Amino acid sequence: MDRRTEKVSGEREEMNMITVNYFARLRELTGKTKETIERGSMTVQELLDWAEETYPGFGKDTVHVAVNEEYALKEDVIQSGDNCAFIPPVSGG
Amino acid sequence: MKPFEIVEEPIQSQRYVDYVLHAGAGAVTVFTGHVREWTHGVRTLYLAYEAYIPMAEKTLAQIGAEMEEKWPGIKTAIVHRIGELHISDIAVLIAVSSPHRKAAYEANEYAIERIKEIVPIWKKEIWEDGEEWIGAQKKYPGKGKK
Repeated sequence: MDRRTEKVSGEREEMNMITVNYFARLRELTGKTKETIERGSMTVQELLDWAEETYPGFGKDTVHVAVNEEYALKEDVIQSGDNCAFIPPVSGG
Repeated sequence: MKPFEIVEEPIQSQRYVDYVLHAGAGAVTVFTGHVREWTHGVRTLYLAYEAYIPMAEKTLAQIGAEMEEKWPGIKTAIVHRIGELHISDIAVLIAVSSPHRKAAYEANEYAIERIKEIVPIWKKEIWEDGEEWIGAQKKYPGKGKK
């Protein structure tokens, strides 16, 4: 279901919002823990390209993306309202 | 406690051992990963761990489900600590019980390998003369991977 169709026009714009979270090296690089991007939808690859362009040195080739707490593939489509996270190489344990 | 969790306080090992122990268990393996002072000749002062907590707990539970599928009859608990950890502190604990010991050993080792692959936790090493985020992902974590 497209939630946007339920909104009146004044609220529609607010729904063009993708949330992204930053951790570890990327949190320090961007100086942010999270921010919102005004886009209705984009692919994971487009999000990575955006990040590289916005934050030089992002290192998109080593970064994975989680959408709503699940690892996503580069061709997956992110929708407005989704909660995304950039996952640099993990080092738990 | 939750069977798959991220904590900020010191890990209390006995809680997780008690959780996996039951009358049908003939073996319990407990792995604890600790903060090491020397790595390749470089002295660590302390470590700072960070996690994407909700996803980390979900992926720990996913690893638990993978283990129970591979070794039916085991019971598992996994906890990882975040924040500032000092030399010899426990960073991660994996407790596995099984009717017979072989499964408990094998499943336990599987768990730490998978943690290092897919769980969104990051470690920063702090040395006397610098610091660095550590990370060398082996492969794409993938979706619904076995």
